[in-house]
Amino acid sequence: MALFLLRRTIAGLLTLLALLTLSFFLLRAAPGGPLDRERSLPPQIEAAIAAQYHLDEPLWRQYLRYTADVLRGDLGPSFQYDGYRVIDLIAAGLPASLLLGALALLVAVPPGVVLGFAAAQRPGGWRDRIIALFSVAGVSVPNFVVAPLLVLVFAVSLAWLPAGGWRDGSGQDLVLPVIALALPQLAYVARLARAGMIEALAAPFMLTARAKGLPPRLLLWRHAWRPALLPVLSYLGPAAAGLMTGSVVVEQIFGIPGIGRHFVQGALNRDYTLVLGVVLLYGALIVVFNLLVDVLYGLLDPRLRPS
Amino acid sequence: MSIALTGPKLGRMRAALWFTTLLLSTLCADVSAAADVLRIGNGPEPETLDPHRVEGVSAGNIVRDLFEGLTAVGDDGSAIPAAARSWEVSDDGRVYRFHLRDDLRWSNGDTVVAADFVFGLQRSVTPDTGSSFARMFEPVRNAAAIIDGRLPAHRLGVQAVDARTLQVTLDAPTPALPGMLAHPSAFPVHRASLSAHGSGFARPGRLVSNGAYRLAGWVVQSHVELERNPHYRAAAAIPWVRYLVTEDIHAELQRFRAGELDITYEIPPLQAARIRREYPGALRIAPYLGVYYYGLNLTRAPFAGKPALRQALSMVIDRQVLADKVLHGLALPAWSFVPPGMHALEAPRPDWQDWTPTRRQAEALRLYRQAGYGDERPLEVEIRYNTHESHRRVATVVAAMWRQALGVRTRLVNEEFKVFLHKRRLRRETQAFRAAWMADFNDPMSFLGILHSEHGKNDSGWVDAGFDAALMRAAATAEPAVRANLLAAAERRILDDVPVIPLYFYVSKHLVAPRVRGWRDNPLDYHYSKDLALDRAPGDR
Repeated sequence: MALFLLRRTIAGLLTLLALLTLSFFLLRAAPGGPLDRERSLPPQIEAAIAAQYHLDEPLWRQYLRYTADVLRGDLGPSFQYDGYRVIDLIAAGLPASLLLGALALLVAVPPGVVLGFAAAQRPGGWRDRIIALFSVAGVSVPNFVVAPLLVLVFAVSLAWLPAGGWRDGSGQDLVLPVIALALPQLAYVARLARAGMIEALAAPFMLTARAKGLPPRLLLWRHAWRPALLPVLSYLGPAAAGLMTGSVVVEQIFGIPGIGRHFVQGALNRDYTLVLGVVLLYGALIVVFNLLVDVLYGLLDPRLRPS
Repeated sequence: MSIALTGPKLGRMRAALWFTTLLLSTLCADVSAAADVLRIGNGPEPETLDPHRVEGVSAGNIVRDLFEGLTAVGDDGSAIPAAARSWEVSDDGRVYRFHLRDDLRWSNGDTVVAADFVFGLQRSVTPDTGSSFARMFEPVRNAAAIIDGRLPAHRLGVQAVDARTLQVTLDAPTPALPGMLAHPSAFPVHRASLSAHGSGFARPGRLVSNGAYRLAGWVVQSHVELERNPHYRAAAAIPWVRYLVTEDIHAELQRFRAGELDITYEIPPLQAARIRREYPGALRIAPYLGVYYYGLNLTRAPFAGKPALRQALSMVIDRQVLADKVLHGLALPAWSFVPPGMHALEAPRPDWQDWTPTRRQAEALRLYRQAGYGDERPLEVEIRYNTHESHRRVATVVAAMWRQALGVRTRLVNEEFKVFLHKRRLRRETQAFRAAWMADFNDPMSFLGILHSEHGKNDSGWVDAGFDAALMRAAATAEPAVRANLLAAAERRILDDVPVIPLYFYVSKHLVAPRVRGWRDNPLDYHYSKDLALDRAPGDR
């Protein structure tokens, strides 16, 4: 087990280095730069700013400089947010994104699994159809439709909840964004759980269990649920990383100070360091969560235990 | 439809209902806002609160509350006394003397002196500061040389005569100078905190400012919070001001409707009609000193050396339709480059503005053919714009007007913003391109200057000796009437040679809640929170 963890950690670090390199050069390959602005700068001033950010150096040297900084734990200064370090911006935004993402996972996964299992008990039955309808709708209606609808109903018409804003994560500010984030996840998890359960119920060991005369409820909740959860679990790694690094749409609509917007706004502003910072964070989370998932795999299914 | 429920089922439902209500009521306890906070929708996240590095409108709005310049902008857009109680100008218009008020203090209690303003202006033109507005001060003696790195900043023609008197020496008479000094890039900064914290001095807990408010908090991507500055000479009526990031204009409108915002940054154009019905008293639309135009790249085909073609294309665009129908009345038709109502200029109009559509069309067709185009050989042209719904709509309609009147074949090219800016500046690929310009101060020079052959924003690559000369002479004269004539002549050159096609002038468009008192529309859309007050009428949320 220790060897397995060590191997995975080294592989993870190498993955992150490759991610950094690829993202660095891809970002620089995009036309336009942080100094292209609606209001053009006098040449001397532009040169002064470029020098402050080392943009006047050859690309390979900038790459080496940046990589060395990252290895020392410094993600550099933001190009867009004057006077801010990228690490400050991430530290400021991460709590909100983590809180929202974790709550959305909590709201999405258990009910999603229960719904999926319920649907799988009698595929094609009325319960399955209703759940299928809900999950197709949940997966296909995008956030930017759901979120404004929630606001319209619960904030503008009923005035129960705020339409947006963030007062240090007070409870009522969380409700609508969490629902908007969780709904599509819930629907997707339900579909995965249903498919997993149908497959598990058809497995030979279940046939044996059924032949022994075990009641259906026991079959499902004692024997089938573990293998049925595997697809959900493998989806959870990337889903958790995605949710916890924030959602551009949900953050923008509800005015939440998370880090999701940095991906898009940072790229649009050519804020190279900020984009690289959040990409590295996202990559690191994926690596960690995938490792976690692989460990959990082993707990759920002895056949998959690393040896 | 009603369903009869009986017995334990009904009881359980009732309990669930009660529980839900209870839960929601505890969650909703704090939706209403404190009566002492002005909540302003402020568009995108401010890039900085350092007055000399401010670039966007959002940051400018906040910085004008935090800091106070020598002058401010009054209701009609002209300069009014602020930190300076008065000023006088020499007969030749080249030396200004500003007299500071006696009771000026920084937010930490330090006295504000003339040298603070001198330092602010010096810092603004120093290349290392990276100010986008440094060029504005080029009329000040030695400013151009300092911006180019040829002279040190202390050679700037701004001196503190004594602690309360500031003298500005100009190379050329610049009647707009007092107006320029209301801009954040002319604000003072607290030297001690700048040298203690360097570029990070404009952060909560560090920023020392001299305006009616001081910085209380800043949550990136959420809001900037200001509190009344106890050391300011006249206490502001509203104790707290919260500038909220509202990037999504639809979400902003919903937050206004839910009573969470007192002032919006703008309104969604597509909902203009509905908002007019729903909030007739709260909608504030006023002319704004900004122009939206198509630049034409004059350094390559098809527009190089073809003034007749450019004129024909300009003539057949119905600006009234653009403003009323495409922009839902949230714009004013632009027949000139300089917006109407600017100080010191009654902007000339093209002769054909008042022609009948038939006559205009016939003349345009004649010019179009004269340029060598016609039905057999139609003009093929690209309109390039940064990806945005509103730019796309305008380009589509302009292309339709060109096609209908002249048979021009137009290709619309949209690009991501930075790519677009990059290409526009290079002038290698562009033909017709979207552009816009907002005034930095209320003077025609703020617009005309960007078409000068050497200005960095002259993306058309227009070089016109007559235009440049008119600008230079206007800058050199101290005589207002002569200046006005020269500026009008410069505008006339634009209308005749058509390096750009002005399409519409911007309007400021805000929703202002009824509880906000003292809001006054003005052409620069500057609103100082210290001049506003909040009603405590019952029913306001």
